[in-house]
Amino acid sequence: MVVGSVAAIGAGLAAIGAGIGIGQIGKGAVEGIARQPEAANEIRSNMIVAAAFVEAVALFAVVVALLGNG
Amino acid sequence: MTFRSIKSLLVKTFSVFSLLLATQAFAGENHTPAPAGAGVEATATTEAHGAKKEGDFNVTETILEHIKDDHSWHLWGHTSIHLPVILKTSKGFEVFSSEKLVDEHHEPAIYKGNFDYKLIEGKTKIVDANGNVDVEASKQLWDFSITKNVASLFVSVFILLVVLLSAAAAYKKTGVKSAPKGLQSFMEPIILFVRDEVAIPNIGAKKAGKYMPFLLTIFFLILINNFLGLIPFFPGGANVSGNIAFTMTLAVFVFIVVNVSANKSYWEHIFWMPGMHWSMKLFLAPIELIGVFTKPISLMIRLFANITAGHILVLSLICLIFIFKTVFASAIAVPFAVFIGMIELLVAFLQAFIFTMLAAMYIGMATEEHHHDAHGEAAHH
Repeated sequence: MVVGSVAAIGAGLAAIGAGIGIGQIGKGAVEGIARQPEAANEIRSNMIVAAAFVEAVALFAVVVALLGNG
Repeated sequence: MTFRSIKSLLVKTFSVFSLLLATQAFAGENHTPAPAGAGVEATATTEAHGAKKEGDFNVTETILEHIKDDHSWHLWGHTSIHLPVILKTSKGFEVFSSEKLVDEHHEPAIYKGNFDYKLIEGKTKIVDANGNVDVEASKQLWDFSITKNVASLFVSVFILLVVLLSAAAAYKKTGVKSAPKGLQSFMEPIILFVRDEVAIPNIGAKKAGKYMPFLLTIFFLILINNFLGLIPFFPGGANVSGNIAFTMTLAVFVFIVVNVSANKSYWEHIFWMPGMHWSMKLFLAPIELIGVFTKPISLMIRLFANITAGHILVLSLICLIFIFKTVFASAIAVPFAVFIGMIELLVAFLQAFIFTMLAAMYIGMATEEHHHDAHGEAAHH
């Protein structure tokens, strides 16, 4: 049952991109907190916002993949 | 500080909605996929009717049916509310129950009003005697129906009015200086959060007050609709904030507010970027002009995609039970769906926050005062 495989590849590529992006954000945030533990709260909230942005780009791709599939 | 206030907010939203979700999880474990699953089951049977093949289960179709807008609002089992259809044609307005557009097998049926109406791919069209779409007459057709999303929007507006007006009445009674109590103490930190973490840092303390009503309105509207979308049964269950028309309306309002409140230096930065060589100015103008439109469009797609993707995720997990055709799949699917539901709570809050914050940021960019261009020049050289 290989249906809509091109869309699945697109969604997979989007997941790879988002994974790299969120990984970078997490890395940056952990490094920042390790260096400056007193700024942890501020860094964490900024991290969440940045992660939401990256995630949104991945979701754009998912939407495009879905539309292409339908 | 920022995070502490976010955390207290999250704890509050989590505690309230984990109560609601707990009922979902409970029902889900009792008799396999209850509220959320009941809908899936019902559609599975209707699809079996359509395909005339038992065990033929189309995942994509089932999920998309739950994502999209509908004329009826599913309650339980085979019971659903049939919402009114309101049509405007060349012969004037016409109101009838959406029940008349479907037959007993939930297949689209022809309703004979001023014209013959039939649902074609979820849209009401005028058909001729042979059942073919009358394209010319359908162009005159305006559909003002109270669909599931519209009804859900009424519910959320009602909740918002009750909650916010009672909080406002408490302030009127006891004044601003006294300690808040009851519902008031629940709303106050959220409103202060929007003011202190969203509006003031992005717009500036002086102008923030002017835009607070707008920001609070979009924040609460998105938040309540996101939360209602997470409730799998009746008062919720509609995919309002995952509807592109809804998010587009919000984005259009942001676009209007940003561009109406924009000052001279904002337009100068778009059409004739200060501190640049003239060739660069010519090059940047179209890019910046496109940026004016892409900002609200990205707001629109971000909210739509996030909420829709969340719904699809939960529904696919529930659909696993029907793909594997065994009750035991629910042992994995239901806890996973609850887990994703918890993440979706975070996303529901986060998306309302992000939308509001970006709107505030765009307003801040448009109303920013450039006292002298010297700092811009210095920065660019």
